[in-house]
Amino acid sequence: MSAPASSGPAIIARHLTKRFKDFIAVDSVDFDVWRGKIMGFIGPNGAGKSTIIRMLCGLLRPSAGQVLVAGIDVAQRPEAARQQIGYMSQKFSLYGDLTVAENLRFFGGIYRVPHDRLAERMRYAIDMAGLKGREDALVSSLAGGWKQRLALGCAILHNPPILFLDEPTSGVDPVSRRHFWDLIHDLAADHVAVLVTTHYMDEAEYCDRVLVINQGRVVASGTPTELKHTPLGGRMLLVECDGVGLALHVLGAAAGVRDVAAFGNALHVLVGKDADAEAIRGLLTEKGVVNIHISEIEPGLEDMFVNLVTRHAARAAAP
Amino acid sequence: MNSVPAITVRGVTKHFGSAMAVEHLDLSIAPNEIFGLVGPDGAGKTTTMRMLAGVMRPDQGSIVIDDVDVVKNPDLAKTHFSYMPQRFGLYEDLTVDENIRFYADIFGVPLKLRVERAARLLAASDMTRFRDRLAGQLSGGMKQKLGLTCALIHTPKIVLLDEPTTGVDPVSRRDFWRILYDLREEGVTIVISTAYLDEAERCHRLALLHQGHLLQCDTPQALKARIPGAILLAPSTEPRAIRAVIAPLPGVLSTLLAGGSVRVTVDDADGRLPEIERALVASGLPHKPLQKAPATIEDLFVTLEQPEGIAA
Repeated sequence: MSAPASSGPAIIARHLTKRFKDFIAVDSVDFDVWRGKIMGFIGPNGAGKSTIIRMLCGLLRPSAGQVLVAGIDVAQRPEAARQQIGYMSQKFSLYGDLTVAENLRFFGGIYRVPHDRLAERMRYAIDMAGLKGREDALVSSLAGGWKQRLALGCAILHNPPILFLDEPTSGVDPVSRRHFWDLIHDLAADHVAVLVTTHYMDEAEYCDRVLVINQGRVVASGTPTELKHTPLGGRMLLVECDGVGLALHVLGAAAGVRDVAAFGNALHVLVGKDADAEAIRGLLTEKGVVNIHISEIEPGLEDMFVNLVTRHAARAAAP
Repeated sequence: MNSVPAITVRGVTKHFGSAMAVEHLDLSIAPNEIFGLVGPDGAGKTTTMRMLAGVMRPDQGSIVIDDVDVVKNPDLAKTHFSYMPQRFGLYEDLTVDENIRFYADIFGVPLKLRVERAARLLAASDMTRFRDRLAGQLSGGMKQKLGLTCALIHTPKIVLLDEPTTGVDPVSRRDFWRILYDLREEGVTIVISTAYLDEAERCHRLALLHQGHLLQCDTPQALKARIPGAILLAPSTEPRAIRAVIAPLPGVLSTLLAGGSVRVTVDDADGRLPEIERALVASGLPHKPLQKAPATIEDLFVTLEQPEGIAA
């Protein structure tokens, strides 16, 4: 619980590897998470995100490689490393039949917050969660957004320099969610290193940097804006028309179309160099699709993600 | 186009003790549309879905599906739709194929039809290689896709899907939606609930729900057109500092830090852009030129939503 330095990496992972018998869950992964920055880990189910987090927390021993958390080698001193980390999951682990203050005291015990500092840290958490005057309310009586902020308060009660958030705002109402992310940005401003794991692209958008993980490897990294500008190998077209279902089939099988996804009465179509809006219009008209309107759009983070992951998977499957 | 609704909900209300789950809900869902029930946790999506499926009775109001009164004749109504609850009952100690066969037997699907349909659904969800795997050994996303395959092994006219993509990654979600659009080509009406506002944009029409109330119901495009003002993005390596410059300027309704930029909601994009640009230049802070950005369903939701009370 030393005062965090204001910059520099708080987490350093080098050649981090985990094998389960023949299966390589994490394959020589390198990354740094800097103090004051919010880093997102995104990847499909089974990509290796939770295996990495377990190694960062010292719950799982790497097969090879090393992790330093606030300068501590996790494999050698897992207990000491864990003291540097606050953890909050999507299913906030609060006790509904305890009061706000009782929950905080409970987590204060788990995180071994010194007795003489507990009152001050509890006050901080209660203020941050906006729960002043509600210390004696049962947690089960609180609405979702307040519970979420209390869970965050519990996770940072020991003033850790590093905070892990696991899908922290999925399903939370949008106003509370924006409020929550403001708090996270405030913590980052106080030099906390924040690591967010999620597979929801709208959560990834809040991060300063994003690491895309697939099949145990880092396949891309950058700011959300940089990642959106990762070459997709083509241009993204918005195709509006009558008969989206038919258009989906026609374009799904068309040469020059790399990916197509339906959005209501429109399609997002990724075209390669060998196709353009006019070619798409021609194909659709020929098959009887009418009222076609085509414009070029900026790809979203999800488009980038799907493209990267499927391309990577195709390469991995190739002999 | 058939103008008789596939599903009509009138004045449906459901309370649990003193807690109100759904309050006086009216919906009219057209045949062959993909209709989204959209809102955060606690909005009343699952309660609504359960009432539509006839597994929960409303306190008040009526629900008619395909001309059958669901409240009075829940068993008869069940032959008109397929319902996939949040936790679909898969048998973890059976394989993928065995689960599909089990549900095909329950629904009385003829052998030839079920073989064809299973092959098509498995291919569309990229699950063909896992036919012999035990359901218990599938990842969360694959379990959801198997649940959908089982629910769709017969050919219902209406499909009710309660948060089918929760916990499903974006790649599998695309597979999932491809299946839904294929079904729609077959003339099926689809009602789907989701807490993900970005996913909502894939539906033809949406009901935005919040704390048991219907906020708005329309196409995603029409809903986004109702957002007061417009969105500007201010990319910067110092987003926190430039947010402090932008937030107090006239016409700025709200600001949000997001991924190396500030997302600014303004009352008038063209009118305010030069002013904000000037203020940023005067501040001397690093920034790239402001860009207009498309609004999202979340932007609308934030303007509609009443601030959350402290009590659940």
